[in-house]
Amino acid sequence: MSALLEIDNVTKRFGGLCAVSHCNVSVQAGHTHGIIGPNGAGKTTLFNLITGIYKPTEGCIRLRGEEISGFRPGRIALMGIGRTFQNIRLLKSQTVLANVRIAHDSQLHYHPLEALLHLPRLRRDERRSINESLELLEPFGLAGHANDLASELPYGSQRKLEIARALALKPALLLLDEPAAGMNTGETAELTEFLRWVRDHFDVTLVLIEHHMHLVMNLSDRITVLDFGQTIAEGTPEEIRANPRVIEAYLGGSEED
Amino acid sequence: MDFAYIVQQAINALQLGSIYALIALGYSMVYGVLVMINFAHGDLFMLGAFLCFLIVSSLAAFTLPFFLVLLLVMVGIGLLGALIERLAYRPLRGGPRVSAIITALGCGLVIANLTLVRFPYPQPMPQLFTSVSYHVYGVTITSLQILIIGVAVVLMLGLDFLIRKTSYGMAMRAISFDVKTVPLMGIPVNRIITLTFFIGAGLGGAAGMLYGTAYPVIAPSMGILVGWKAFIAAVIGGIGSIRGAVLGGFFLGAVEVTAVSLPNVPSTYRDLISYSLLLIILIFKPHGFLGKAPNQKV
Amino acid sequence: MATARSIIQKVASWRWVVPTLVVAGLLFALLADYRPILNGYIQFVLITIGINIILCASLNLVNGYMGEFSVGHAGFMSLGAYASAVFTTKWMPDNAVAFFPSVVFAGLVAACVGFLLALLSFKTRGDYLAIITLAFLMIVKSAFENIPYVGGPRGLLGIDKSTTLAWTFFWVVVTLWVIRNLVYSKFGRAITAIREDEIAANAMGVRTREAKIIAFVVSSFFGGVAGALFAHQLQFINPSTFDIVKSTEILVMVYLGGIASLGGSILGAVIFTVLSQVLQPLGTWRMVILPLLLVLLMLFRPRGIMGMKELTWFLPKNELDPTRKP
Repeated sequence: MSALLEIDNVTKRFGGLCAVSHCNVSVQAGHTHGIIGPNGAGKTTLFNLITGIYKPTEGCIRLRGEEISGFRPGRIALMGIGRTFQNIRLLKSQTVLANVRIAHDSQLHYHPLEALLHLPRLRRDERRSINESLELLEPFGLAGHANDLASELPYGSQRKLEIARALALKPALLLLDEPAAGMNTGETAELTEFLRWVRDHFDVTLVLIEHHMHLVMNLSDRITVLDFGQTIAEGTPEEIRANPRVIEAYLGGSEED
Repeated sequence: MDFAYIVQQAINALQLGSIYALIALGYSMVYGVLVMINFAHGDLFMLGAFLCFLIVSSLAAFTLPFFLVLLLVMVGIGLLGALIERLAYRPLRGGPRVSAIITALGCGLVIANLTLVRFPYPQPMPQLFTSVSYHVYGVTITSLQILIIGVAVVLMLGLDFLIRKTSYGMAMRAISFDVKTVPLMGIPVNRIITLTFFIGAGLGGAAGMLYGTAYPVIAPSMGILVGWKAFIAAVIGGIGSIRGAVLGGFFLGAVEVTAVSLPNVPSTYRDLISYSLLLIILIFKPHGFLGKAPNQKV
Repeated sequence: MATARSIIQKVASWRWVVPTLVVAGLLFALLADYRPILNGYIQFVLITIGINIILCASLNLVNGYMGEFSVGHAGFMSLGAYASAVFTTKWMPDNAVAFFPSVVFAGLVAACVGFLLALLSFKTRGDYLAIITLAFLMIVKSAFENIPYVGGPRGLLGIDKSTTLAWTFFWVVVTLWVIRNLVYSKFGRAITAIREDEIAANAMGVRTREAKIIAFVVSSFFGGVAGALFAHQLQFINPSTFDIVKSTEILVMVYLGGIASLGGSILGAVIFTVLSQVLQPLGTWRMVILPLLLVLLMLFRPRGIMGMKELTWFLPKNELDPTRKP
């Protein structure tokens, strides 16, 4: 079975600093893949490499067998990779609905001239954009807040909005950067169920960076562990839990979350 | 085109370049600590020339030594620069960057037009210094040119010493790296920034006086015509970089003098050449020769 | 009292208000052009207001909606002014029908240059783009100073007085309508996304390069149109008319009336023009007071009077209540 996403021996250097070193990850379609590791291990850099913000110094990244390393972020997003950010990057001065619509816009196909002259196809497409975006917000419980500013939402809802927004792209692959950051145990459990539902309902492959072990262990089919930019382990959650190198570098032996 | 001609032009270029460099330093220093383009700086340069004019004409009874007037001008314009920072820029310091730039633009225009109200016509700069010409191997160099280049170089060396060897300089460089964490280390950020404006403006004022001495007719439009050229120089060198400002200043001086000394180029092309050069350089080196791209963490 | 308020609200939300005003305005303008119902000075001021609305709204697209800082808008005005003036005085002189094509031509010329500027904006943003627009402005100015065909530093004289109130009104309506259409489309959303967070926008598949091109091209097109109208009102142009002071005036209008707002653009243009006229007898003091006003504005209300808010009349029907399902 060929992989949806392949990170093939990727290295990224910033001047003297080697942020990611000979990283190999293979994500199968429909699976959930977890990426864990201490802070500074290179996890977000890896996401930035996948989404085109950085270009790999060595190695290549493939989506559905096609090389995407070094493509511009906009193009990669349109090829089917959506993402959320570690520090939420919503458009704060825009409404909840507007945030989703901006991502949904890739589904509209009218030309600039049709926009400038307010032609019928634009009016139809705009109506469609509003309807479909509202439909997307429904299951997230955000449809009622459509006209609120994104900055007015509580933290947990902002995270959900970011996920909804990424899904408006209809991506095949969804990269989540610490979706449970700042959440307590109860909220994290809720998020775990929610992400399971997202995965099934939207038929996306999830890759998530997380520090909350319960979330990662429960959700992932496979986990890659990074430390100092290098892959120190890869396998099923059970294998990772038992791996002495991982325990030494990261888990520290205790069961805490 | 013989050797003597080239040397002659080189001296002209050095003279013009040193003045541009002095002004450019003011732009770069401020950009370095505040990441802000101080559009009013060119007009402070212009005021330096006019302040010199005012000092000399009101105290015409006394024969004032050149360096005393220079000191007065530097301190005077320096204080004005610091005042503008305190009143107009500091209140905007956490806000949208655009507001600061526009405020600077506004301040510059206010200064330029107030000067225009007081001096509607260009003024001749009074002679503070009797120039002696030296003729060496077919090249004419005046003691005035030596003075201007000399003063400029001394000031630049002084600034370099200040930045590399004093605690002020270290604080200034620290602020240009990260203005948010620096106060946590006990550095009085406000005072350092005000001092930076004082020094930058002082250098600009000195440049104004030197410019007036070299090209003895001064007008309020100098701020835009000359001051903004120096801004180009600062950008070409890499705005925020002290060495870049000096490099850019001399580079621009050389370019302008060369461009105008070429046989078929009318002097009206001067501005066109300078600004086109700026554009071309920015296209290939968007942050100037020595500038660095701002890093954005994602 | 309550009924009066609700009647006013009902009338104000009437979707027919804007089209009615447009038709009425056009008829009035035509009347004023051919019958002496307005005194010449008032007509002059109204035309100036119209030109300023076009300048303000078009600059607002780049500076307000897209969040860049262009100081070069007077450069597009200059290109348009010269293009249309050359068209009507040298290519098709004494020709009554030449005016309209000359204005369109002016817009197109400006738009071509705007396109180039857009390309430059791909790699540079913020302060460096501001500097590039400054360089652009100065280059246009010194280029025209050195071209004898357009009169060099002395400029072009004897341009026809073709800018009537009706034409001005027409172009104001076109400008506002087109920009409004753009803003409430996916391209407009892309443009505002770029202002807020270009990286996030890219990650959401927004075609940022396309958006930048559209913003600059549309903005510069109408800047050129304004320049053409200006040239045929004043009947005389020279390179120094379109300098940093002119650009600053347009900036004042944008930041006074409100960024990212068409209503704000109108407001800013009106207030600025009227203020300018009122302060005219003060001579040079005018240019002390206006920038001072700008500084005070930045200190106390940096987004402008109507910053990022819009009159409901300008919103397309779809946007009125986005949560209303059909």
